[in-house]
Amino acid sequence: MIRLEDVRFRYEEMAMRFDAEFPTGSFTAVIGPSGGGKSTLLNLIAGFEAPEQGCVLIDGVDVTALPPDRRPVSMIFQDNNVFAHLDLWQNVALGISPSLRLDAERKARVDAALAEVGLGALMHRKPGEVSGGERQRVAVARALVRDRPVLLLDEPFAALGPALRRDMLDLVKAMQQARGLTVVMVTHQPEDAQAAASHTAYLENGHIVALRPTAELFAAQDLPGLRDYLGDWSRPEL
Amino acid sequence: MIAYRPSRAPGYAALALLALALAAGFLPVLRMGLEQGIAGLDPYVFRVLRFTLLQAGLSTFLSLLLGLPLARALARQSAFPGRALLLRLLNLPLALPAIVVIIGIIEVYGARGWFGGIFDIYGLQGILLAHVFFNVPLAARLILADLERIPAESWKLAAQLGLRPLAIWRLVEWPAVKSGVAGAALLIFLLCASSFAVVLTLGGGPRATTLEVAIYQSLRSDFDPQRASMLALVQLALCATLALVAQAWGGLAAGWPALRLQPKRYDGRSTTARLLDGGIVLVALLLLVPPLVALIGAGLFHINPSPLLLRALLTSLGLGAASAVLAFVVVWPLAAFAVRSGGWRKVTSIAVLASWIVPPAALATGWFISLIAHAGMTGLAAFLVIAMNALMSLPFVARVLMPALAQSAEAHDRLCLSLGLAGWSRFRLVELPVMKRAIGLSLVMALILSLGDLTAISLFGTQDFVTLPALIYRQMGSYRFDEAIGTALVLSALVLAFSTLAERWSDQR
Repeated sequence: MIRLEDVRFRYEEMAMRFDAEFPTGSFTAVIGPSGGGKSTLLNLIAGFEAPEQGCVLIDGVDVTALPPDRRPVSMIFQDNNVFAHLDLWQNVALGISPSLRLDAERKARVDAALAEVGLGALMHRKPGEVSGGERQRVAVARALVRDRPVLLLDEPFAALGPALRRDMLDLVKAMQQARGLTVVMVTHQPEDAQAAASHTAYLENGHIVALRPTAELFAAQDLPGLRDYLGDWSRPEL
Repeated sequence: MIAYRPSRAPGYAALALLALALAAGFLPVLRMGLEQGIAGLDPYVFRVLRFTLLQAGLSTFLSLLLGLPLARALARQSAFPGRALLLRLLNLPLALPAIVVIIGIIEVYGARGWFGGIFDIYGLQGILLAHVFFNVPLAARLILADLERIPAESWKLAAQLGLRPLAIWRLVEWPAVKSGVAGAALLIFLLCASSFAVVLTLGGGPRATTLEVAIYQSLRSDFDPQRASMLALVQLALCATLALVAQAWGGLAAGWPALRLQPKRYDGRSTTARLLDGGIVLVALLLLVPPLVALIGAGLFHINPSPLLLRALLTSLGLGAASAVLAFVVVWPLAAFAVRSGGWRKVTSIAVLASWIVPPAALATGWFISLIAHAGMTGLAAFLVIAMNALMSLPFVARVLMPALAQSAEAHDRLCLSLGLAGWSRFRLVELPVMKRAIGLSLVMALILSLGDLTAISLFGTQDFVTLPALIYRQMGSYRFDEAIGTALVLSALVLAFSTLAERWSDQR
């Protein structure tokens, strides 16, 4: 479980405050206008930003003061998830050992993760020689070998076409269910939230305005900001 | 599609002028060199070549030895107080004329200086000290630009994977900087191999002379054009080789770090890292600050507003303005063609590259031989200095004008074509108002370069034709070091005023 207790953070002019809970094994989508603090929320959980006040708890442990690598968290970004000069296998292996010295058992784990995301045949290519979707799969495979209970996704598939995006989402969803991961995913695509997320949070001006079961949130009539954000999308009859 | 065509005559004229200047420099040297054949390559030439390579190699090594850790320290500690000031300080040695910096170094490390006795500054040690002073900041800024291009996600990833400093260096930093380091090394080697003022003032004896300075001595002291042309051929071959290697590498075009938002870094927070980075910055400050402080401190009390100083000042400004205008007039028509046609682009880039790699002293040897046969030096000195300085500033002028001109062509060509706006009226009504900052910047850059020039004025100057750098050198040579410091301060003030102006124009583009 991820808990943010009265977490305060200031970015330029905007004062943010987060008070929320993401239960263990849940898949939460985070939607909302750009600049509203969606990425900041993930950065606070991952430890890339330090709150001015309040604390972040993961599975009951206060991680507020821990550096990113000591938190039980993996994160996948929209872009630049791989080092261009290392091949796909090495990029995944970094998730286990920063010095890339692995024993046979760990090597097998890297191979298995690459096979699981469908990159078994491409493992000795460089990132520049594979497609954008395949590069994102490398990040998923790395999260697999890192085997941390929390997975954060920051618009991970925004640069991919609809079919690929759906494939990737299915992959992450399967991984989440098989391992009981707690997933928080920032997205701009309502259909991503509906396809994968049990819960969806609507975030605006540095606050989580609502965090409800996905279907309930998209049907909500009491959130005027959400209606404006979704626009025509919420009224397919128009 | 019908494309806009600039008028041809100025383009061909500019090209002809450039070809003439290069041919007049190159052909006599080649002829005189070939006449001597292998016999001309005597032990003296080899000794000079060996010293040139030795000092350039050592200078490059030492500059990177400090420049690389300095860049890393500045990139890793992205928010300490005074960082912005330090970055500006790193620009200073590049902006100041070499002769001015040398004065500062002598004032600090010379026999009677603040830290006198640490180095023997007349000879190899002094040459290395001066080259390191110039090139540590250059290396640091070039490499810092590469480090700052590393995407923010890489730093997040490194933090999440818990990479240690060594792993970060191996996996993130070194891959990002390695081609930049090679490019910087080549550039620094090239600059040091053709450095003139430093070697002339701090070396110059038969044991510590480089090709560039040896050419000058053969021409002006020994009057031995044969030896000069042999040395010039060797220098040409050396510089051309280095420049071609650099060109093939493609690493020289690296830009300066922009003052934009830096990606946040999560490493380097440990006490060890901070102490290490702080120590490196301190070493750099110890290297850079004392000569500059000495220059200002001592210079303020020794400005002697003699008629000679005033005349040198006016001569410097006059020559600088003339060579800036000449460089502009040559580059503009070429650039106007180059941004619109692939063929012209090739020709122009070759011409600009040629003017960059041809070492001034080698070129001067040819001009010297060509002209001395026909006329005396005196009447021509000013023209030769202007031409040489214009030629040296061509690459910089082109680098500024080309992108601006390309942008203007893109935006205005079709409208101008439909209105029949061309030639002078187009320049007056469209390019001049739209590009006035770029034009101003290119002129000021050329002016600054020629204000600091000691090479051309030494090669062609005469007793009563003196610029500020030449005056400083003369005052140094005649045991009036105090006056030299005063003159150096005047020159630096002048150059810094112009470069502040240039910086403002380049920021607002």
